[in-house]
Parts: sequence; C-alpha cells; structure tokens
Amino acid sequence: MTIVDTRTPEAKRFIPGATGDWEVIIGLEVHAQVTSNSKLFSGASTSFGSAPNSNVSLVDAAMPGMLPVINEECVKQAVRTGLGLKAQINNRSVFDRKNYFYPDLPQGYQISQFKDPIVGEGKIMISVGPDRQGNFEDIEIGIERLHLEQDAGKSMHDQHPTMSYVDLNRSGVALMEIVSKPDIRSSDEAKAYITKLRSILRYLGTCDGNMDEGSMRADVNVSVRKPGGEFGTRCEIKNVNSIRFMGQAIEYEARRQIAILEDGGEIDQETRLFDPNKGETRSMRSKEDAHDYRYFPDPDLLPLEFDDAFVAELAKNLPELPDEKRERFVRDMGLTVYDASILVSEAAIADYFEKVAAGRDGKAAANWVINDLLGALNKSGKGIEDTPVSPDQLGGILDLIKEGVISGKIAKDLFEIVWNEGGDPAKIVEDRGMKQVTDTGAIEKAVDEVIAANPDQVEKARAKPNLAGWFVGQVMKATGGKANPQAVQALVKQKLGIEE
Amino acid sequence: MSVDQTTVKRVAKLARIAVSDEDAVRMESELNAILGFVEQLSEVDVSGVEPMTSVMPMEMKKRHDVVNDGGKADDIVANAPETTDNYFLVPKVVE
Repeated sequence: MTIVDTRTPEAKRFIPGATGDWEVIIGLEVHAQVTSNSKLFSGASTSFGSAPNSNVSLVDAAMPGMLPVINEECVKQAVRTGLGLKAQINNRSVFDRKNYFYPDLPQGYQISQFKDPIVGEGKIMISVGPDRQGNFEDIEIGIERLHLEQDAGKSMHDQHPTMSYVDLNRSGVALMEIVSKPDIRSSDEAKAYITKLRSILRYLGTCDGNMDEGSMRADVNVSVRKPGGEFGTRCEIKNVNSIRFMGQAIEYEARRQIAILEDGGEIDQETRLFDPNKGETRSMRSKEDAHDYRYFPDPDLLPLEFDDAFVAELAKNLPELPDEKRERFVRDMGLTVYDASILVSEAAIADYFEKVAAGRDGKAAANWVINDLLGALNKSGKGIEDTPVSPDQLGGILDLIKEGVISGKIAKDLFEIVWNEGGDPAKIVEDRGMKQVTDTGAIEKAVDEVIAANPDQVEKARAKPNLAGWFVGQVMKATGGKANPQAVQALVKQKLGIEE
Repeated sequence: MSVDQTTVKRVAKLARIAVSDEDAVRMESELNAILGFVEQLSEVDVSGVEPMTSVMPMEMKKRHDVVNDGGKADDIVANAPETTDNYFLVPKVVE
C-alpha cells in the first residue's frame, strides 16, 4: 500500500530532539462494539456483566459442526456508521478467517474482513484547540476502511496462581474495526479524533462508546520522522482503553523512538503494550509470530451483498450528526462555534439544549446550559442523563429572567434551589419572595437610605462618578439582591446628580 | 511453488503442531508433492476472473437481531478439562 501524506508539516506540532525537530505520525485502529441485541453470527446475548459463559451459544464456543449465520442488524449498523463517516459503502464484501491461537478464541480464527471490507474510504473532521489566541483548527482525518469482525472472549489472569480463567460471553460479539489513515500528527489530534469518532458513533446509535466496559478500544500506530521526510518504522500499541491513556502512550512512544534513533539505533516493527501504572509502553514479545494470520475467505459464509436501495433506506433514517448540528446552531441560533461545539459533543446535551432553546433566546439558553448546567454536572460528577434540573425547569428560569420577574443574580440562586430541591421555578420565586423589586418607590427608598447613611461616599462619588457602582452594590445588598439593577443604577445616578 | 525445512517448521508452529526434525524431512517431500499436484491449476488462464468463494449462486441468509440462544453455561463448559464457576481454566497465559 502506498501511503499518501495528506498533511503539511507544521513546526507547532514538532517534538524537539537533541538532533533537531521530529514529527510524529499516528494512525488509529478503533474497535467499536456494535450495538445489537445478539451476536454477529449467533443468537446469544451481547449484554455486559452476565454470569460467566451464560451468553454463549455452541457457535460461539466453536463446537464442531456449528455454522455462523449473520445478524442483519449488525450489517445495518456497519452501513449506518459508514454513511456517518461519509464513506464508500461496498455492496459486496467478504468474510475471511484470521488465524491465530489464543485461549479466548475457541475457533482458532477470528471471522473478519480482509480484502473486501463492508466500508471503504471516508473522513472525519476534527477540531483541535483552542490555541493561545483562542482559535480552533479544523483538520480532516481520512478513514481507510471499516470492517465487521468477531470479538474474542475474556481472560482473567489474577484469579489463580497457575491458571487463567476464560469467559466466552464476549466471544462472537460484533465489532467494527475502523482504521484511520496515518493522517494524525500529535497526541492532541489523536485524542480529538477518538472523541469525535465516539461522538459520531453515539449519535448514530451504532456503538455506545463506553471505553470503561471495553466497547471501544484502540490500537495506536506510532512512528516518527524528520519533518516532511520518509515515514519511519511504526510500532503498534495494543488495546488502549481510555482517551487519556492514549495521549500518554503516544507521548511516551514518540519520545522512546526519538531517543533510539538519535542514539543511532533502529526501530523494530513490533507490538507494544501501554502500562498505565508506569506510564510507559513495553514490547509484547509473544506477538512476534502473530502477524502471520494466513487469511483466507471463510468457506462457512457467502459474500455479504446488498443493493443500493438497502443503503438508501438506511441513509434516509440517519440522524443529524454533530457537524451538521453544530452548523445549524451557529447559523440559526447565532451561537459561537465554540459554544455550538460544546453543545453538540453529546447528542443528549444537544437535545437538552434544543428543548431549553425552543421558543427562547438561543444564546441565553446556550449560556445557561454550558456555564450553569454543564458546570454543575461536571462539579458533581454527573452525566447529562442524571441531571436534576429538567429542560422545562431551566426554561422556566430563563422565562422568569426574560419577563423581568427575577434578576440574573437571583436566577443563579434559583437554579441552585431547583438543582438541590426540585420544583417549579415560578412557584419557588413566588413562595420565597425572590421576585425582583421593580417598584420604583421601594427602590427609591432604599437608595435614599444608603445615600443618607454615607455622606462621605456621596462627596467622593460626585467627584468620581464611577464610584456610583458602590452605591448600586449597597442598594442591591439592602434589597437582598431583588432590586432591578438597571432601575437601581438609574436612580443612584439621578440622586447623586451624576450625568449619564 | 515448494517449501523448505524452515517453512515446514514455521507452518507447523503456526498451527501449534509439534513436528520432529525427522518428520519435517518427510513432510517437506510430501507437501512438495501436494503443491506440485495443485500447481497444475496454474495452467488455466484465469485472468479477469474473480476468485470464487462459493459454488452456490445464492444470497447469504441473514438472521434477525433477536436473542434466542445462550443460557447454557453448564453445557458450554461440560467437556472442559478444568472449570471453576463455569469459567474455563487454562494454563496461565499472560503478557
């Protein structure tokens, strides 16, 4: 395969070494578990956390004479994902056997797709930043292919001094292997890529993207070179299962390779493992022979074929994806690209925002969702699905501000009450006397009192008009923050005789 | 196409079959005889012909996405030499 370098080397991404700058080249192979009820080739359940070997059919255990029958939903999910990645959909693809021995692979081969995958070239737009000037950079990362394959079982090595425990529940669950082109040039870009890919998969509903449960894991190919030079020899870091670890693994691996090359050494093409405890990668010598997989077409399965109508039907029902949603938020609601990017990062957040924004000011809704809601969720370690404040409640708070019933400051207190205690915002305001005082008489009285009590400050403020703010603060304090700030400001200036 | 000793041993290793040096010598000639026989196929001109994966001109049957199997862990591990709590136990393999 000839590799086309789609990127222009840029100094800001270089890694400085003793002999000059280096450029890191990264390609990712992401294994994403297909969201389906049953396995790729059997009717056993895919549910996570079941009793050992309870989600296993005789097909998954590779008992003699068992034959695989493909799950049509897994095929649809792969096509949907291909469409979401703006990729070539192949109406004919072939399943091959990838031969290797491991205790969690009872067949002695994995059914995968080698020469003819179900999905060909596509692309993902990632956004990296913000840089020091607060700018984001949009970068296109090419997708090489996506193919369907079986997952292996799970081994546990810490239960017994001399034996490993094998559970085949995961064996035969459908995976999509999504292979990027070697277009990634920094650990930040790699992290942005996997974050974006996960977001797209979640929007599509084709993979839950849950890295903790192993439903998404990545093999990271890393090599280094002199900027713009020939591609170097790559190492593959296996099974990186968190975005943070991926960043660490790439940083470590790039520096390790640079150190070897600068000492006049050579990089061995090998498989490595990232150890999160030590923050380093190490060689998996046992995999030395493993690359000779002796692929051949699986004689148990016919080629996978479908027509254009099948693809068109799936395309018709595809949801709006994050890029399109972001564009719409910017175009129709006047949001900044930055705010829109945050809101579309998860479909659930975008849905929440749209409910709050319906019939209201989009920018105000965005500010409250991002700063207050997401801020509070983040602080309490909750996800959007666990939010104690519903879109209706937050919308209610926004309405009260808009109608001038409460001030922006009181609204923050109100949000906290709704967060902690729940309830209808309008009723809380009513019951607890949180209404903004717009009655000029009452505000006037408070202003008069503050002025009367502070003759020294009055003198100073007449000389230095911007001290009027101090009076506004005092009046707000005296009214428990309920006075309308604009009204207070106007009255203070009027009473002090300060010109607008 | 023919194989040498190294290839015979490598193929045996990949297939996890223990082959002694004497056996490897015998297998080398046996395998080469087989390969020589199969070689005759290359006399056929197949340029422009897609490799065939099946002799049946039919579409692959697909399953609906329903759970209708599993829940028989006891059966699954029934023939295993060693088990605990329905896990297979195998000699320790660790990276």
